Amino acid sequence: MIRNLWNDLDGTFFPESALDYMPADRLREVQLQRLKAATALAYDRVPLFRERMDARGAKPGDVHRLEDVCLLPFSIKNDLRDKYPYGLFAVPMSEVVRLHASSGTTGKPIVVGYTAEDMEVWKQVIMRTLYAAGYSRGDVVQNMFGYGLFTGGLGLHSGIEGIGATVIPISGGNSERQVMVMKDFGVTAVCSTPSYFIHLIEVAAKLGIDFKRDLKVKRGVFGAEPWTDRMRQYIETASGIKAYDIYGLSEIIGPGVASECTCQSGLHVFEDHFLMEIVDPATLEPVPDGSEGELVITTLSKQAMPVIRYRTRDITAIEPRPCACGRNLRRIRRISRRSDDMFIIRGVNVYPSQIETALLRTEASLPHYQIVLTRKSGLDRMEVRVEVTGEMLSDRLSEMEGLQRRFARSIEQITSLHTDVTLVQPGTIPRSEGKARRVLDNRNEPV
Amino acid sequence: MKIRQISVFLENRPGRLSALCRTLADAGVNLSTLTLAETGEFGLLRLMTADPDKAKQVIEQAGYAATATEVVALQVPDRPGGLASVLRVLETHNISVEYMYAFAMRAGGDAVMVFRFDDMDRALAALQAAGVNVFTPVDLFGA
Ligand SMILES: [Zn+2]
Repeated sequence: MIRNLWNDLDGTFFPESALDYMPADRLREVQLQRLKAATALAYDRVPLFRERMDARGAKPGDVHRLEDVCLLPFSIKNDLRDKYPYGLFAVPMSEVVRLHASSGTTGKPIVVGYTAEDMEVWKQVIMRTLYAAGYSRGDVVQNMFGYGLFTGGLGLHSGIEGIGATVIPISGGNSERQVMVMKDFGVTAVCSTPSYFIHLIEVAAKLGIDFKRDLKVKRGVFGAEPWTDRMRQYIETASGIKAYDIYGLSEIIGPGVASECTCQSGLHVFEDHFLMEIVDPATLEPVPDGSEGELVITTLSKQAMPVIRYRTRDITAIEPRPCACGRNLRRIRRISRRSDDMFIIRGVNVYPSQIETALLRTEASLPHYQIVLTRKSGLDRMEVRVEVTGEMLSDRLSEMEGLQRRFARSIEQITSLHTDVTLVQPGTIPRSEGKARRVLDNRNEPV
Repeated sequence: MKIRQISVFLENRPGRLSALCRTLADAGVNLSTLTLAETGEFGLLRLMTADPDKAKQVIEQAGYAATATEVVALQVPDRPGGLASVLRVLETHNISVEYMYAFAMRAGGDAVMVFRFDDMDRALAALQAAGVNVFTPVDLFGA
């Protein structure tokens, strides 16, 4: 037990990480105590939560065991939109020291708030995230998550400073400058979305910079979008760094909800602050450990905006076995897809991740793509637009047509649906916050 | 001698070709020849210029996907059966032509044709042995 208080990599003592190794029974006690307090706080201060509790005849006092969380009502993203901007806050604005918001791709944005205490918790979970991935004082960290209203940039920022590393608050964009900074500033670690980093690997190659020889980057934490093991393999082989998955969402806190340790086998959830459940997205009933379902999170310590049983729409499973690193925090598997990204075409459920898998069978790195759904004479049609890169390009038309056919065939193999694949010029698929909008559903648009 | 040709991916939409040409002109890239091969949906623009590396860089910086390949430029006698005589050399060596097009300029009275073969090295050897004139970049673009 004492050994575990020391960091697994170099034996340095990190007091913040000690919580990762809290004995399981003690951890459950802490969770229960905090769940009771969070329920009481939300009931007292958040009218929407109280109305829903009253409607089902539940009282905060009904929570006696952790399993009693299922007595509480679910909350969804739309609640944050409906109560925009401050309707779900549990403290007066004089207690709120920070606001973040997500740019709404559809309708109004959502706003989240933090008290000074919330900010401290946020910093702590990011510090634990970074320690778990082997970051420490002395690292020079290039933080490429967007700064501003998005929680990614500033969220990681405070934790990087917290562990005493050097933070470069460069934010996203301007790829050539990113590579230049990485080289000139002697950057040893990065924070980024995986797709943006893959793009930077390509940019560096184009600039004649060899990631392994010319740069000192050793590790990176990657998140803010679903990614795959194949993408991790590509990042690690092409750039020679270790790539760790991190998970979070603004509605809960931002980054810092769960993160991978150096074992790279699932993400440890910071369970002392976040209570997780996995439910069947259709029935909302809990599923057994190891089975896939939608991740539902209750904040246990959040003051400004306690969130009870939030449906993340992210599909994952609890990893039942203990982790080799010795942490007692349970793990979730890499988020492979989102339940609301799923679309149904001709009666078949399709996830964008399946299209990604299909594209990656043909290409080493995931090209930018977009799924466009249309309807003609009552018949649904799926088109996948793929941006052509220099690496894919051939001077022969027959090869380009062959590439198109290979894409279509592997999509058909995975989804059993016929697809039209369209090759488009680079940069023509719209991007938002570094992520492309994956699915464009025009089926109800007038033709 | 092989010559570097730049191929650019273009969607078949009005204005795409002229936009690319404008980009090249603005960067001072002088095109010696330009040809477009298309399917219904997209096209491959193949171009040659005195400084192919610069052209590729300009094109990529403007956001297009481009790739460089090697082709040969041959002197084809401007008389009936002129092209057939060149093709016969390849046929006897079992080399196939992936594509070909006419270079914008002529050499003396003869045509200049650009070829891409499935086996460039074998093709070059066969053509030179048969006495076909293979142009160098200096022949085409000047020193
Ligand atoms: Zn672990």
